[in-house]
Amino acid sequence: MVEPEKKKDVPDVGQLFKQIKPLMNKSEAYYESSRCLFCYQAPCTLACPTSIDIPLFIRQINNGNLIGAAKTIYQSNYLGNTCGKVCPTEVLCEGACVFTKVNIKPLDIGRLQNFATDHAILTHQKFFEAPGFNGKSVAVIGAGPAGISCACRLRSEGYKVDVYEARNNPSGLALHGVAPYKITNEEALMEVEFLRAQFGFNVFYNKRISGKEDIEHLEAGYDAIFLGIGLGNSAEIKIKGEGKQNCTGATGFIEQIKTGPIEKLTAKRVIVLGGGNTAMDAASESARLGAGKVILAYRRSAAEMKAYYFEYDLAKVAGVEGIFNIAPVEIVGERAVEGVKFIRTETVDGKLRNIPGSEFVIPCDLVIKATGQLKQTSLMAHISGLKVDKDGRITIDEATGQTTNPKYFAGGDAVNGGAEVVNASAEGKFAGSGIHEFLSNKS
Amino acid sequence: MADLKINFAGIKSPNPFWLASGPPTNSGYQIMKAFDQGWGGAVWKTLGVPVVNVSSRYGAINHRGNRLVGFNNIELITDRRLCDNLREMEEVKKYFPGHAVIASLMVQTREEWQQIVRDVQNAGADGIELNFGCPHGMCERGMGSAVGQEPAVLEMITRWVMEVATIPVIVKLTPNISDITEPAQAARRAGANAISLINTIQSLIGVDIDNFVTYPVVDGHSSNGGYCGPAVKPIALNMVKNCAQHPLIRIPVSGIGGIENWRDAVEFMLLGASSVQVCTAVMHYGFGIIRDLNSGLEQYMRSHGFSTIDQFIGKALPNVKHWEELNLNYSIKAAIDESKCIGCQLCYIACEDGAHQAIELNEDKSNRTPRIIEENCVGCNLCALICPVENCITMVRRDDGSQKTTWKQRTDAGHVPVSFDDELAGGLGHSIPNPPEALRK
Repeated sequence: MVEPEKKKDVPDVGQLFKQIKPLMNKSEAYYESSRCLFCYQAPCTLACPTSIDIPLFIRQINNGNLIGAAKTIYQSNYLGNTCGKVCPTEVLCEGACVFTKVNIKPLDIGRLQNFATDHAILTHQKFFEAPGFNGKSVAVIGAGPAGISCACRLRSEGYKVDVYEARNNPSGLALHGVAPYKITNEEALMEVEFLRAQFGFNVFYNKRISGKEDIEHLEAGYDAIFLGIGLGNSAEIKIKGEGKQNCTGATGFIEQIKTGPIEKLTAKRVIVLGGGNTAMDAASESARLGAGKVILAYRRSAAEMKAYYFEYDLAKVAGVEGIFNIAPVEIVGERAVEGVKFIRTETVDGKLRNIPGSEFVIPCDLVIKATGQLKQTSLMAHISGLKVDKDGRITIDEATGQTTNPKYFAGGDAVNGGAEVVNASAEGKFAGSGIHEFLSNKS
Repeated sequence: MADLKINFAGIKSPNPFWLASGPPTNSGYQIMKAFDQGWGGAVWKTLGVPVVNVSSRYGAINHRGNRLVGFNNIELITDRRLCDNLREMEEVKKYFPGHAVIASLMVQTREEWQQIVRDVQNAGADGIELNFGCPHGMCERGMGSAVGQEPAVLEMITRWVMEVATIPVIVKLTPNISDITEPAQAARRAGANAISLINTIQSLIGVDIDNFVTYPVVDGHSSNGGYCGPAVKPIALNMVKNCAQHPLIRIPVSGIGGIENWRDAVEFMLLGASSVQVCTAVMHYGFGIIRDLNSGLEQYMRSHGFSTIDQFIGKALPNVKHWEELNLNYSIKAAIDESKCIGCQLCYIACEDGAHQAIELNEDKSNRTPRIIEENCVGCNLCALICPVENCITMVRRDDGSQKTTWKQRTDAGHVPVSFDDELAGGLGHSIPNPPEALRK
């Protein structure tokens, strides 16, 4: 993986990445929570993938039962704090708030959720107590949101749970992938530790499960296995010149920002290829790190972009320029990137096609590829009978989370192809229930 | 884990939260739903000779966007037949043997009282509540609050009931009276097992100023009704306190009046109520509020180290005294935290116009944090109540607590103002601007 050019001084992360959802003060929380109507069968709850009883926790904040509010949240979503910070609330709970129908600002649900859960984590509340060992053990591969959520669900039934994590930190993309202005590494880690302290699952770091031997070892030692393996590296675009210096994948680029020392970007022009949320993040973060100019290049139109509108707004506010209907055909330059050759595109009869003879070059010194992530196919190949769909996503029984190899269950990005932390949290918990039912019926 | 179970005058309930007699307890269907969601008990909408109700029936005070801060009704007792209600009552008890079903009753003659008591006992009711409180529609015929306002009549009717009752009897009191402890004592003398208060307050909720009639409007006309909802809680709290402290009452009290969340319920319980009843909040939000009530009460008990309800019933009563027993030497002064102040300046104008001119604005208009004039501050804490920011204005104690003196003590020692121009006047020494100065501002 190629690295962008770096300067030696360390900019103030706080300034560069000011939290876009800062913690509320008491007055804010009081007045905002007073606005909630306490709807019946509330649309916000229905919109939440983990079905948090939102009116209840907002009411509990309002009448001074902060602990109760956090408990309400955690009873539905083990990653309540992370989700409150990174969820695209504008298109989930807040977007569903009944107030939007009369042009009243929707309840600031994400920040209210943070207000309650931050307090619970910082005061070390204990909401759960794992019962005694029930005699069975489960291995979880991946300590990301899906794996942690599954682990908690299983621990609440008394299973021994061992989580195997390839990296030296948990939280998966919540730590390595989500933009730092949404959640800091510290915050992501604190919640996992908050959960581990109550549930008592074990996490083994720097333990990548890769070969046939690892798989056989797990199958022999555990009654069931949960695959919370997520996705792989950034996908290749498969164009000429992709291997040049300073042409990098978004996943790796963002991971560097989140795990390495923050250093200003010296790149004068950055081109981000892609139209999804990851592309928006990569663009926003490049701009905030001081890149001279950041261009977002998407092969379809702006209206067809997969990214959430508010993520694109965020990028535009940071100074990113979006150029649409251009597809990359070659990375040009001597050894390092000097530009990208594009061809203009158009949609004819619903199909995207290149416009012949419309090639042109945009000069740049850094290219970030954000057109998708690869699947973890090499690991999955070692699991006998494990079916995946045509896009490489693990096939599961929708009712239980079980894969086509009965000993294996799965959830999160590896199954849904790359969605939100809240989806991984819901799917991991759901699969945990599936594993419990499966193992209870077996004996 | 906190234990929310109660035994109220012999009536067992899984928690202290009951539905009060009203529209939410009109039918067995509603009560079953409520029990299923976690309510501990329900008082059936008052049974008697069924009525015919009017439309419209309700009015509300919506205070600047906050709906149903106060609520009014001109609805009467049940308009359903007794046989239908009794049949449903049996059914509810079949499904929920462990939940408390109390039958509220309002009839006239001795025969009617004794017959209906037997009927509800046969239907499986766990308790009876005598409705001596309805302030409209029934009292004109000598029932409801007409009884509640006449202790002698109340005692007589209660005795009739006690002759045949085999389950606990609760007397529900009306607040439309000068001293609620009088009918409460009458109930006690008659042998009632408990009292519940308050019923609704006689009121007119508002006037339609364009059509020159009050609300609710029934074909261009209206009538006074019963006021309830969050706005009446302070009146109810005071009356509960009066009954709980009275030496000649000493029977369990069920608290009613504007309870919407767990904190309201705890307030009633700390003043002596050992069960609480809710009506208006359920009409507003549905039975689902029980999730907040149970969760909040549990958390309160856990954080205060109470494992059972009876450990804190009445815990605030010893601290509620007569005014003349309060410490006159307790001195507090307001303090404004400049770092929290948002510059609304409401504290200034409240004190300046409405109290003791003890707050001043800055000469430098760019600094909008007002200043306290300590010599004038009487520690009334009006400013602290008005300030919209949490903990921005606090009251700081100035006396060291070593010297206590009460009005009663001072009176006994002959050290209180007795003449009109007495030098002992409490406000002597506080500077007040000369009247013409008001015109210069």
